[in-house]
Amino acid sequence: MVRLKNIQKEYNGSVAVDDLNLEIEKGQFVVLIGPSGCGKTTTLKMINRLIEPTSGSVFINGEDVTKVNPVALRRKIGYVIQQIGLFPNMTIMQNIEVVPKLLKWPADKRRERAQELLRLVEMDPEVYGDRYPSELSGGQQQRIGVLRALAAEPPLILMDEPFGALDPITKELLQDELKKLQTSLGKTIVFVTHDMDEALKLADYIVLMKDGRVVQADAPEELLSNPKNEFVAEFIGKHRMNSNFCIDEVKDVMKTKPVTATREKGIGESIALMKSRNVDSIIVVDKAGRFEGIVTIGRIMTDGKNHKNISRLVEEDVPVVKMDSNAKEAFDLLIQNKLDFIPAIDDDNVVKGLITKSSIAKAMAEVVWKGADND
Amino acid sequence: MNDLLLSILVHLQITFTGVLIAAVTGIIAGIVITKNKTVAAIVMSLTDIVQTIPSVALLAILMMLFGLGDTTAVVALALYSLLPIVRNTYAGITGVDKGLIEAGRGMGMTKIQLLVKVQLPMALPVILSGLRMAIITALGIATIGVLIGAGGLGYFIYRGVQISDLTMILKGAVPVSLLAVFVDLILQYSEKKMAKKAKRA
Repeated sequence: MVRLKNIQKEYNGSVAVDDLNLEIEKGQFVVLIGPSGCGKTTTLKMINRLIEPTSGSVFINGEDVTKVNPVALRRKIGYVIQQIGLFPNMTIMQNIEVVPKLLKWPADKRRERAQELLRLVEMDPEVYGDRYPSELSGGQQQRIGVLRALAAEPPLILMDEPFGALDPITKELLQDELKKLQTSLGKTIVFVTHDMDEALKLADYIVLMKDGRVVQADAPEELLSNPKNEFVAEFIGKHRMNSNFCIDEVKDVMKTKPVTATREKGIGESIALMKSRNVDSIIVVDKAGRFEGIVTIGRIMTDGKNHKNISRLVEEDVPVVKMDSNAKEAFDLLIQNKLDFIPAIDDDNVVKGLITKSSIAKAMAEVVWKGADND
Repeated sequence: MNDLLLSILVHLQITFTGVLIAAVTGIIAGIVITKNKTVAAIVMSLTDIVQTIPSVALLAILMMLFGLGDTTAVVALALYSLLPIVRNTYAGITGVDKGLIEAGRGMGMTKIQLLVKVQLPMALPVILSGLRMAIITALGIATIGVLIGAGGLGYFIYRGVQISDLTMILKGAVPVSLLAVFVDLILQYSEKKMAKKAKRA
């Protein structure tokens, strides 16, 4: 749908956007995000040529728009800005009809379209149509701002921090509404914001920018789970923590550094190890760290004196769980079998940790209280 | 009484013709100079300079060019009216909310459409207030037109001074003041109406 190819923008020698490449697919909700001065707004405005790139091309549906008439181009692209920009001397209906009027739609078609749009966001045309923007609240005004961008049915809409000046509750409401509209109407939206919450909520695809360059462009989930570098991780900050909070797999709740020993471990040594680590069992592994069984203090006490090492005291028939298996199932296993712990192994049977009731409790506590800390 | 009525009409005619010429040229100039800051500065200082020339001196200079009569008075009034009109048009247009300009451009308005549909309607209250100042000033200055043989209410004032006749002076001065107050009220009223319409939330 939209392709930016080697886009460069310089102002008096300083580079605002540096050799940027970006591909936006039809129906996608793309959010450009980054700290102020990262070039996100400049990038957006080069799509409808409110800003002309120093070099590079912008393609919309395969057509290089740096070569077409910018006025005609803009009429085919919806545009919503933070300052809302409703014309105070025009009524709500007249404001919505601006672009259709520029495109010389007949009056009744314009009117019908404006009324249809107002109904779409549950604003009665009879009530609001003839009002002036100053008679509406900020949230209602920006709702009209969005409708105005939709009026001439452009397939592509550009939004420059449209909800930046709204209060949090109204903002949330309009975000929900926009997402719904976008999905139901199948519009392609390019949206600029500096608010990560907003980006995560709305985007199908997030383009994180810094110093005029794209640092990482990915689906929100991917950005959260695999930030490319320090900057990305820091920028998504608390959200990244949140993603760690989710308890899905055994590895999210297990205790690492389990107490292990090989079969050759002497009885005396084993007792000393248990004492020092304050545990009543040892996980027995082979030389490569693969699971073989467990040995408990009880078994050592009863049979220990007959053996030199723990080799023959190993209980092999104990449950283990895979590290990436479901945490809840492991928890159920632990409870149902009244076990003190379950070793956790990786795909090569190497022991990586163990889960106990306390390790699960600790992981849950982190979710509950760390989450509260961060909000 | 008839000569008074005639004088009022002539007075108004001279004033409004002068201001009308200033309005047309001044508003166009005010719009054009928004495109270039250097040109704006030059044009503004030119109108400033005109304003500083004493009215009697300006009339004398113009008399040499246009001779005696109403025309010279009209030209003088036009020159005096230029300053508030140009200045307010410039201020009105450049003062339009940047968000509106960006919205207009972003939606695909041409420069002319932007001017006609957005900038001028938004700037109208400010332009009108410049026009009001120009008219009020011109009504007063028009009285000295009598010195170069123009008609108007200045005649009574001038004659009254010459023959020390207070009634005669008042016969010219009172209608001038009343006209000024009256015009001021009407224009203020329409300015307020426009401003209300152009007001942002």
